Amino acid sequence: MNARRHTIIHASPIRVIHWLNVLTILAMTLSGWRIYNASPLFDFSFPRWITLGGWLAGALQWHFAMMWLLIIINSVYLAYGVLTGHFRKKFLPVSKAESWNNFKQALTCKLQHKPGTYNSLQRTSYLGSVFLIILLVASGLATWKPVQLHWLAWLMGDYEGARLVHFFAMSLLMLFVAVHVSMALLVPKTLLSIITGKVSVAATPPAQLSYAEIPSTEAGDAL
Amino acid sequence: MKKLSLGSNHEWLAANRKDIQQIERRFFLKGAFSMSALALLSGCDLTHDVTTQRILNGASRLNDDMQARLFDPSRLAKEYPDGMITKPFPFNAYYDRSKVPAVDGDIYQLELLGLVREKKPWALKQLAALPQTSQVTRHICVEGWSAIGKWGGVRFSDFLQRVGADTTAKFVGFKCADDYYTSIDMATALHPQTLLALTFADETLPAEYGFPLRLRAPTKLGFKNPKHITAIYVTNVYPGGYWEDQGYNWFSGC
Repeated sequence: MNARRHTIIHASPIRVIHWLNVLTILAMTLSGWRIYNASPLFDFSFPRWITLGGWLAGALQWHFAMMWLLIIINSVYLAYGVLTGHFRKKFLPVSKAESWNNFKQALTCKLQHKPGTYNSLQRTSYLGSVFLIILLVASGLATWKPVQLHWLAWLMGDYEGARLVHFFAMSLLMLFVAVHVSMALLVPKTLLSIITGKVSVAATPPAQLSYAEIPSTEAGDAL
Repeated sequence: MKKLSLGSNHEWLAANRKDIQQIERRFFLKGAFSMSALALLSGCDLTHDVTTQRILNGASRLNDDMQARLFDPSRLAKEYPDGMITKPFPFNAYYDRSKVPAVDGDIYQLELLGLVREKKPWALKQLAALPQTSQVTRHICVEGWSAIGKWGGVRFSDFLQRVGADTTAKFVGFKCADDYYTSIDMATALHPQTLLALTFADETLPAEYGFPLRLRAPTKLGFKNPKHITAIYVTNVYPGGYWEDQGYNWFSGC
């Protein structure tokens, strides 16, 4: 067995933002489901036991308190991602053909996972989740303030349009969360690395080697 | 429904509002993170925990401030063509349709209280004799649904000027024939689309939509548009409201 060393693949600001987002988005979603139940858009309601807030007033209090945290956390994230080059380094470039290829590989359990570097499908998904959070904030603000933020409401298709956009953006984000959590559980060391920031890799070949170049037989895990 | 333990001393609350807000704000920032963590562990029962409730109420007061700041007194709510009016228009109240109060329009009087110069009560006919205006706007309920309706009546700012209301006061409160009560900020009271509505869909206000007199403010959620108004008062003491006292956000602007 090779000697192993630890390398930081998730910088500490990213880890803090990630877990704050987990708590905030969970609270936003569960209180949002209770708000949805007060006047369902479709022919179903969310099970009451899973919702947050107890009754409509409580759920609204949670939703409009956590809203500020959601906005603050993700503004910091966007600023950090752009200014440090985090987005450019980790999420770009993306390729439609390659993402589709990754998708087919994932379905046939042939997709390789290299800690610290993302394949095209992961990049697309993570960029998608960032876009969905922005869309959720925008459609949420339009639903909250259709008169004062009239331009945002106009963009979302008036008040009722904004409600629909908000609902579907939530649904897609929850789809992302479901896949993301499943993948993390399938490769438990990824879960560990978003907590500690570290991943252990083989000491050889030489230390200068970047993760993108590590042979998939060493660091990769078949999904 | 669980009532909040807000305490009854509203005057004390009003007098110390600034300090309370500051303390609550600090609480909110410090507590929000750990609260959300706890919430996930203990589920929704946490909402009734005293500390959590204090933080959530603090955040709600903060949101009152933010909304007041965001409110543009000259920003008009979108008006819709008559063809887009929602039919049938939903009925909503804290009671069933069968409990709608029957107000006798012939003996009805609108009382004026508080910081108002001319406190002489108004009969329905006198209100109907004032200049009237109408609007087709979207009524948005705190539950999430919305409906477009047509309301007609007296522009509230004209009425407040006419009776010599102190428009530098903070609040306008409403008492209703169905024991409902609520209050709005003066800026919204003076908004050009805020009406004392006497008609709905070009006809005398039907009982279920608030006969004989209701407030129509398209920049506020539905529960801030009281029906069956019997008294209006102008005050600097926070008046609260039926739903607001149970935890619904007070400003609730659109």
